[in-house]
Amino acid sequence: MTAYILRRLVLLLPVLLIVGVVVFILVHLTPGDPAAVMLGPEASNEQVQQLRDQLGLNDPFYIQFVDWVGGAIHLDFGNSIFLNMPVTTALWQRAQPTGLLTLYALIVSLLIGVPAGVIAAVRRNSWIDRALMALSVSGAAMPSFYLAILLILLFAVTLHWLPSGGYVSITDNPVQHFKRMLMPAFSLGFANAALLARLIRSSMLDVLREDYIRTAYSKGLAQRRVITLHALRNALIPAITVVGSSLGALLGGAVITETVFTLPGMGQLVVQSVLRRDFPVIQGAVMVIAAIYVLANLLVDVLYIYIDPRVRYGNK
Amino acid sequence: MATSEVTQPEAIRDARRRQPGLFGSISPSSPWYWLRVLAENKAALASGIFVLLVVVVALLAPLIAPHSPTTVDPINRLKPPSSAFFFGTDTLGRDSFSRTIYGARISLLVGVSVMAASTILGALIGLVSGYYSRLDTPIMRVMDGLMAFPAILLAIAIMASLGPKTINVIVALTVVYTPRMARLVRGMTLQIRDLPYVESAKSIGLSDTLILVRYVLKNSLSPVIVQATFTVAYAILAEASLSFLGAGVPPEIPTWGNMLQDGQRLITRAWWLSVFPGVALFLTVLTLTLFGDGLRDALDPRARER
Repeated sequence: MTAYILRRLVLLLPVLLIVGVVVFILVHLTPGDPAAVMLGPEASNEQVQQLRDQLGLNDPFYIQFVDWVGGAIHLDFGNSIFLNMPVTTALWQRAQPTGLLTLYALIVSLLIGVPAGVIAAVRRNSWIDRALMALSVSGAAMPSFYLAILLILLFAVTLHWLPSGGYVSITDNPVQHFKRMLMPAFSLGFANAALLARLIRSSMLDVLREDYIRTAYSKGLAQRRVITLHALRNALIPAITVVGSSLGALLGGAVITETVFTLPGMGQLVVQSVLRRDFPVIQGAVMVIAAIYVLANLLVDVLYIYIDPRVRYGNK
Repeated sequence: MATSEVTQPEAIRDARRRQPGLFGSISPSSPWYWLRVLAENKAALASGIFVLLVVVVALLAPLIAPHSPTTVDPINRLKPPSSAFFFGTDTLGRDSFSRTIYGARISLLVGVSVMAASTILGALIGLVSGYYSRLDTPIMRVMDGLMAFPAILLAIAIMASLGPKTINVIVALTVVYTPRMARLVRGMTLQIRDLPYVESAKSIGLSDTLILVRYVLKNSLSPVIVQATFTVAYAILAEASLSFLGAGVPPEIPTWGNMLQDGQRLITRAWWLSVFPGVALFLTVLTLTLFGDGLRDALDPRARER
């Protein structure tokens, strides 16, 4: 077990290194002088030179790379050009909305996806199964920002039930916080719920065909008990693996959702930084989000072993 | 147990029965049987027809659009939908219906270009990686690294460096979707390369290139086609997201993503500016995925039995 985790951690290093290389190269993909591009057309020659020095662009390529990797290991991504603060500080300030939004969206997708999948499987080929699966296919094709716009149109513009955007910290005012996070969490989590529902349905159908389910029925257990205690517990196992990859989709989607609902998170910072060409921030944010994603996937895989003792990694 | 209640002979008899329609006479033993399966799948057929409609609309945009998509008409600004302006007008008095029609062009251009580029590149990388064991690990590590980014985030980061241009959107999304195709083709190659017919092709002295193209690629075509269909849908969605965020196609070009960005800004004053381009985007992505699902069921004999 420990050996497995250690091996996975070691295998993680090349992936993270390549992620770092990609992020490092990003700046150098810019046509022309990155420093001039960042400062815009009005900048003087001296300003450009100064920024080139600050970013280390005058150093040889390999030194730049070593510097960047060395910094990234210590979570030092340099200073933001626009915000006048270290990138890490800027990201840290923006961590709460993004973290909570992703968490809420995950909860929303589980709360909708799991029951929908179970109901569809239990009532296989009924009208409710067809309706749920049609909804699931549509949900997966629904762009999250379009769903967000439709929700704003209905609940903010027309009904005036919810504010159309903005963020209140959970510690400042929990009620306002949840009111403002309801639509973002739903619009971000819905596509994921749709995916999850389909997955749970098919794994539920597999499980319901097992002998132990028949045994459970034949010893006279009520359907509700068989479904929740015997079937769902086993059907959830394959679903856990996708939670890891959903987290990536949700973190990526948060970039868009935060922009729609003007939530001051890391995603919104990325988008603003793209428009301002604040490359150190983009690099830092992309690196951090990718690393979280990779680590979350590892965590999910490890969790998987704990939950399903039949899976034995490493020792065949 | 529950799924295969129909016994085999019955299923075959059922499939052999001549169905009315264009492809009804194709027998299950024909290599074109998948066409019949596809045509008999109502959702897939309807979706295919809708996608075809979008393609026609995009190609004939100048003939279909009632107004110019870019002409400014201050007198008719922010007009709600009417018989003159089906989808209303924006702040500059531009006809939203015509802009939606022209938007299909960019969506399809990006979708199809990204699909073609990532399929060709991905197939190439996947074949090489799966066939030559020594190259496998380094190539797949790079692919893993690229897939460690949430797709949209990597696209945004690349767009930040390249700058907002349509061609750059295609480049960025090709980088995003190539590793996924490469992984698929590599998996197929690993399965196929040890099969007896590849061994016999080797033993009669065929070149690696010939083996890869004639045997390996040809036999992994079905999943590649299915994946390519989904890639069109993903790329269209991603382009719209990028444009919506202001990091995609330049704002002066009418695209669904750009229109939705305008629409959100004016959401309290003009609901029509966001609702209609969104419906176009949603339906296009939805029908492409449904068509892809149908294609998968038709091309994969194992999925067909269910």
